[in-house]
This record gives sequence, C-alpha cells and structure tokens, in this order.
Amino acid sequence: MTGPNKTENADSGLSVRNVTFRYGAKVALDNLSLDVRAGAFTALLGPNGAGKSTLIALLTRLLVTREGRIVICGHDLARTPRAALTRLGVVFQQPTLDLNLSVRQNLAYFAALHGLSPAQMAPRIDAALDRLGMRERADEKARDLNGGHRRRMELARALLHDPKVLLLDEPTVGLDAAARRSITDHVHDLALQGLCVLWTTHLTDEVRDEDRLLVLHRGRIVAAGITGDIRQGAPLSDWFLKRTGGAE
Amino acid sequence: MNGYWGVSRAIIAREFLRFVHQRERFFAALVRPLVWLLVFASGFRAALGLSIIPPYQTYITYETYIMPGLCAMMLLFNGMQSSLSLVYDREMGSMRLLLTSPFPRWWLLVSRLAGATAISILQVYVFLAIAALFGIVMPPLGYAAVLPALALGGMMLGALGLLLSSFIRQLENFAGIMNFVIFPMFFLSSALYPLWKMAESSSLLRDICAGNPFTHVVELIRFSLYLQVDWGALAWVATSALVFTALAVWAYDPARGLNRRKP
Repeated sequence: MTGPNKTENADSGLSVRNVTFRYGAKVALDNLSLDVRAGAFTALLGPNGAGKSTLIALLTRLLVTREGRIVICGHDLARTPRAALTRLGVVFQQPTLDLNLSVRQNLAYFAALHGLSPAQMAPRIDAALDRLGMRERADEKARDLNGGHRRRMELARALLHDPKVLLLDEPTVGLDAAARRSITDHVHDLALQGLCVLWTTHLTDEVRDEDRLLVLHRGRIVAAGITGDIRQGAPLSDWFLKRTGGAE
Repeated sequence: MNGYWGVSRAIIAREFLRFVHQRERFFAALVRPLVWLLVFASGFRAALGLSIIPPYQTYITYETYIMPGLCAMMLLFNGMQSSLSLVYDREMGSMRLLLTSPFPRWWLLVSRLAGATAISILQVYVFLAIAALFGIVMPPLGYAAVLPALALGGMMLGALGLLLSSFIRQLENFAGIMNFVIFPMFFLSSALYPLWKMAESSSLLRDICAGNPFTHVVELIRFSLYLQVDWGALAWVATSALVFTALAVWAYDPARGLNRRKP
C-alpha cells in the first residue's frame, strides 16, 4: 500500500494534518491535527462554535483549505477527491432526506450518487431496510417517518456504499432519549465491527469510557486520548466544562 | 462511464419526481404563457402592426409572433425556479448530499441542469399542444426541429439560474431575482415585439435588447419552429450557455467559488 497519495498511518482511517481554516479574518480551525483509527469510536467533543461543523465540511470537501492536508484511507482529499470521498459515509447535523420521496427512493438516489448500479443497489437497499425493520414502510414518504426513524434511515443510507470511514455531525440533535440511545449504541457496534467512526457532539453522555476522545475548543484540539483515562475519575461533563472554560 | 450515466439518471429522475409532486407548479408554469397568449396577445393584435420579417414568409397574427417568446419565457421561469429550488436544497441540506458525491462537481451540476431543462421542454410541448387546440399552429416538422433549440436555450437559462443561486444566501432574497433578472430579460427582448419595432422608439433600447442573451433564445426558437437556423442566435446562445455553466461550476467549486461561508 504505497503510492504518491498515501500517508504513513491513514490507510484505513482518517488523518488531518496542520489544517487551518478561516471565515474572512476569523480563524475557525487553527493548525488542527488529528487521527481517527479504524475499529474505534472516536468522539470529537466540543462546545458550540468550536469548529466541529467546519471540520466536517472540510472532511467532506464542502469547504476546501490550502493550509494543511486531509487523508482518508490513504487518499489525499485535495489530490484524489473521488477516491477519498468514495470511502466516506456522512450523516450531517442537518437532515438531508428528500421528504417528498419515499424511503426507497431516497436510498436509491443516494446509492446512484455514489456510483452503484441498479443491480448493485437493490440488495443493499433491501438489506438496509431489513436492518432498520422498515421493509414494509419502504414506499412511504420520508415525511411520514418520525425523527428517530429519519435519522436511522440517514445512517443506513450513509452505509449503503460500504464506506470505510463514517462521519456523524451531532447526529442525535432533536431526538428523544430512546432514539439517541439506539443510534449511539448502533454506531458503537459499527466501530467494533471495524469501521472508522468520527462522531462529533457537545453532549458528554454520548461518550463512553472506552471511546477515543478528542476535545475541540476554539479551533484547536485541547485534549486527546481514551476517555476513561482523560477524565481521571471526574464526571466527563464536569471535566469538559472545566477544560473548555464553561463555554457552551 | 456507467457510474457517470447512473448518477445523471438519478439526478434527472429526482427532478422529475419532484416535479410530479408539485403539480401546482406545472399548472402555474402553463397558465402564465396561456394568459399572455389568450388575453394579452388578443388585446394587442389590433394595436401592433407587424411587417413580414424572417423566418415568416407572410403576414402573421400577433399570437403567432409571440409563441416563441412565450416558449422561451417558460424556459426562463423554469431556469429561475430551478435556482430557487437549489437555494431551497442548500437551506434544507439536500445540496450537501449532492455535493459530497465522489463524482466531479461539474458533472453533478450539469446533470441537474439537464434534469431541469428536460422538465421545461416537457412543459413547452404541453403549451404548444394547447396553443394548437386554439388554432395557433406551427409547421408540423417545426415541432421536432425546435427540440434542440429548446434544449440549448433551457440549458443556458438554467445555467444562469445556477449561477444566480450561488449568489443568493437566503430563500427570501429570491424576489430580487424576479425584479432584476426575469422581468428585464423578458421585456428587453424580442419576445413581445420585434427589434425593429423597438428601434422606432429608442435605438439604445434596441441595442440593449440585441445584447440580451434571452433575445437570442427567442430567435433561435422562432427560426427552428420554421425549420431554419439563425446562426447568429445559435452562436450567442451556445456561447452564453458555456460561459454561464463555467461560471456556475466555478461558483460552486469549494476551492475557488463563492460558497466559502459557514456550513
């Protein structure tokens, strides 16, 4: 696994090196570097305005910066965006379903956007619907689903093209406690199965002690490690508030 | 290459599904030119005298004269409607889904343009059929010959809409498009009156109309309906289509374009 666009440690994960991004004069990300490994649930914890969504936009190439380098599964996002994006699954903070289309139509549209042929996509969509327990609701409009089901469907959709890296930008926003728990558990299971997961949140109760934790504050990583080791016995929420100056 | 066609097919199919779900949009798109044709044109036919000008070989009614302009008007409104839905998509998040596809962005955007244009053409043909029911008919082969002109004109006006959508930050600003783009483009063109008629009142206005790309869409359609090619108009429309598309793709390029704002 060598080549001009490979890096030393990111053949199966995500690597960000010295990335800086500005909105005009305002620095949103300041010389940011981080690694997200395959087979691990990595939580990017940060208060509102820390730069989480900007980072997700850069990782998905909705925004581009010339300062720094992003490598997804060994592929440089700036030099080989197609190879990099093919390996990426994303659940955005903002819902991205077309509410006027049916569940199946939404899934098929996304699968085609990722280059799957009708023959390839049909079994994957059926399998995704079965996993969600939604096969019988496949022809219902997305508008008729509740918030939890819509989110689960977006997650299933993000996995249709078999990505190696899964990004989730505050995916539980607006969900009730049961739906939050269900999605959090499901994504932890996916990480255990070998997926590289980066989960951004400002909610400390979504992070487990065994998770890798990155704390983002004012565009910089201010702490990194295994959550249980980092918090050193203190409740994570207290530790986080103290570390980020109570900014929320 | 299969993946490229697959993604285009999916984007175009989505445009059609969305169109099917918005039946009121279809009727609004039809009612507008029909009102112009059956009310406005009937009222003006007595007031406006038209000489014989190419491609016409005899005197024509005013209704016949404004048919190409009304077809182009449908393309114009649909192009702008498409830009409105792009802004809506951006606000609703579905634009992100499109733009994070691994396929080249220019291909995704051109596919979307093609989908919007296909819907416009469908509407134009329904309008032509209704007009025929009222006795306003074109040469039979003209209905087929006009298809490439409609496609090129639709792509050009759709690309303009795409470009404009990259400037519009919020849905509420769309009214500005109506005031500053659609109306000037439509009225400062040969859609409602020939350029020589315009020159009678002001040569400056006539020059402005002659430089308006929409005028050339109208003329391209007019000549095609009569099985002729207006090469000047074709060059204008093709060049404008390329320029608008290139600018729109540039504007949507995250490295260079206008979208460098908070996600």
